[in-house]
Amino acid sequence: MNNKFGRREFLFFGSTIAGSLLLKSCATAPTPTTGASTAPGASSTSAPAGGDVIKVGILHSLTGTMAISEKSVVDAENLAIEEINKAGGVLGKQIVAITEDGQSDWPTFAEKAKKLIDQDKVATVFGCWTSASRKAVLPVFEAKKHLLWYPVQYEGQECSNNVFYTGAAPNQQIEPSVDWLLEKKGKEFFLVGSDYVFPRTANTIIKAQLAAKGGKTLGEDYIPLGVNEVKPVIAKIKAALPNGGVIYNTLNGDTNVAFFKEMQASGMGPDKYPVMSVSIAEEEVQAIGVEYLKGHYAAWNYFQTVDTPASKKFVAAFKAKFGEKRVVNDPMEAAYIMVYLWAAAVKKAGKYDDLDAVKKAAYGSTFDAPEGLVTMNSNHHLSKFVRIGEVVDTGLFKIVEETKEAVKPLPWNQFVAETKGFSCDYSDPAKGGKFKAT
Amino acid sequence: MWSALVDGLFSGVSIGSVLLLSALGLAIVFGLMGVINMAHGELMMLGAYTTVLVQGTLKGTPLFDSYILFALIASFIVTALFGLLLERTVIRYLYGRPLETLLATWGVSLMLQQFVRSVSWEFIIGTTIAIALFMGGTIGIKRIPAKFRDVSTAGIGLVAGTIALQISNALGNMYGLFMTKPWFGAQNQDVTAPQWLRGGLKLGFVDVQFSYVRIFIIVLTVICLAAVYFFLNRTQWGLRIRAVTQNRSMSSCLGIPTDRVDALTFAVGSGLAGIAGCAVSLLGSVGPNTGQNYIIDTFMVVVVGGVGNLVGSIVAALVIGMSSYLYGTFAGQIPVIQDLSKAIGIDLGAQTMAKVVVFALIVVFLQFKPGGLFPQKGRTVDA
Repeated sequence: MNNKFGRREFLFFGSTIAGSLLLKSCATAPTPTTGASTAPGASSTSAPAGGDVIKVGILHSLTGTMAISEKSVVDAENLAIEEINKAGGVLGKQIVAITEDGQSDWPTFAEKAKKLIDQDKVATVFGCWTSASRKAVLPVFEAKKHLLWYPVQYEGQECSNNVFYTGAAPNQQIEPSVDWLLEKKGKEFFLVGSDYVFPRTANTIIKAQLAAKGGKTLGEDYIPLGVNEVKPVIAKIKAALPNGGVIYNTLNGDTNVAFFKEMQASGMGPDKYPVMSVSIAEEEVQAIGVEYLKGHYAAWNYFQTVDTPASKKFVAAFKAKFGEKRVVNDPMEAAYIMVYLWAAAVKKAGKYDDLDAVKKAAYGSTFDAPEGLVTMNSNHHLSKFVRIGEVVDTGLFKIVEETKEAVKPLPWNQFVAETKGFSCDYSDPAKGGKFKAT
Repeated sequence: MWSALVDGLFSGVSIGSVLLLSALGLAIVFGLMGVINMAHGELMMLGAYTTVLVQGTLKGTPLFDSYILFALIASFIVTALFGLLLERTVIRYLYGRPLETLLATWGVSLMLQQFVRSVSWEFIIGTTIAIALFMGGTIGIKRIPAKFRDVSTAGIGLVAGTIALQISNALGNMYGLFMTKPWFGAQNQDVTAPQWLRGGLKLGFVDVQFSYVRIFIIVLTVICLAAVYFFLNRTQWGLRIRAVTQNRSMSSCLGIPTDRVDALTFAVGSGLAGIAGCAVSLLGSVGPNTGQNYIIDTFMVVVVGGVGNLVGSIVAALVIGMSSYLYGTFAGQIPVIQDLSKAIGIDLGAQTMAKVVVFALIVVFLQFKPGGLFPQKGRTVDA
């Protein structure tokens, strides 16, 4: 019995096993995604015929509370990169994506952004989901005069020379949806959101818009990200809207699940309390459960059910690569668009390392996106189509309202007094990010 | 008026019961054993994932309507077994060293979070092969002289790791997605309450709807409390647990197998965490981070209630639940708080502030009563 498996041996053996497992994860995890390459690990070193590769950065949360949403965006970006590579790449070069995990932690985002720019020397970065993470990396991109492509709908009130925003500005999502609610669902609103910059700014805009258009804000409340106890908020809503009313929901992440479950359990159904959400898309419907969401609404630029040839092709390509059960959503579509827009801009500019030339080439470029024909404006935002969808049994959205043509983006909000009348135009050096238009 | 009162009472109690249910396991592990178990939240998460699995397995069978009952039992068994494993392999070596326990269990919690994200058939098979080869190898080299043993075990470890790596990669290439696809991934999972737990109970005389899920959790909490009380006070093992809690060395002298008592206590505490995880999966989402959302609240309940005291935990949970409900719902309507919010430019009535205020009150309370509501009298629990 003197050969007992003691603690010292345990530590020793354990660390050996752990070490070898670590080696495994290092060998397989960060596989750079050149669609053409087959051997993992080989693609980052061996150059395809015709010269070297173009490195781009992908910076999203692969872990933490935001991973639920951001992982699929990474999938969409990889799909676009693979398609572009299959079609011959950009300027005869293959695109190699270097993926970094922002861990749902905003300082980590800034750190990883620095790493991608300084160490990996990427040509551009595709990344971020929450506005908090974008605000955290913004100083990095501005100081290093680099370029970020941001794929998510956001609160506006920002127009950086170093970011291209391919998600909706407020006038392409929030404002039309509030107009629609006022017209179809009632004048009394309760605003509920997660406690960070996007919901708070969005609600400032909504309150100003409601005041201007004859609606009433009967209450607003904020829940910290990741909190699951929503009972007090539900009680507050019930007290503010005893006979029903419209709930405008800017909650993000896990809290949505608890929120909709509690709404249903408290007998507050979509007939009396329709909820308009701006952070719930096809992916989130799956995670929350369609039986809790049926009959509620969401405002986006793109739904999987959009009926265009480009949309069908996008959905089919995505399912072929990632599995039949997967769904696509608006931020994924915006992410898919932005990779193509970047590639088009690089092709037009003829070089990828001169970011000013790339930016200039991007202004006015168009792309036949799944949502329709979109145009990049000189204010770094995209002209997009606005749609409102209702959750149906299949877990997808029935489109109940859509604009006939793309809506031009207005990054500076025209309902908020501080930014009224301001505009943004980088094609003219005299104007820049924020100038008085009228 | 009446409906607001009844609704408030119900809401406060139901928030409190969620807190209590999730803190019950910790009250045993931390309260009675003195083990600072940072992985408590992840044990809850394991219970929640077990619920997801049970739900998936029973989908489409006639048993589906009552899957939640099977899920409760399964969660208890799975997390209790895992707790047993954790106690035997890690915590056992760290009794009496709270700092190391804290770090080790925190490490375990991170591992568990990543485990549920990346677990796949390839991962499971690879890990199993690595461990099996390694264990087999180490038994095989028992005859080698002691001074070479370290080197040779390291060699075996490397060889085992490499073989397992190759096999799992080969499997991954052979069977593709089936092998490499994570079971859960980082996505949150959807737990749907069975039909009879959806909606709520309408009361005629007041305009209030009691959610069935909340009622279910309150009942479950009461049952768990009763079971724990019965177990600790009416069974032989409960007697032993209490004896070891009060005086470990004397119990040991009197022939109580303290080793086994520790293992059992920890397993029971973990199992309760599993039940709590199963229950909260009905309220919110199930994801790798589920546990983290509860860990602070649970420790708060145990600390406020007084370490080593189940009654304290009950009172603390109800008080914290009730006050967070009251503050979260009504603070925004109190004129003083409205004026103060305007003056400092922060909305003190928001949910974010409710949490801040409740925690601030707890800090103040602990200044005056550091031992909690019901401090342990006489000999303190020493680990």
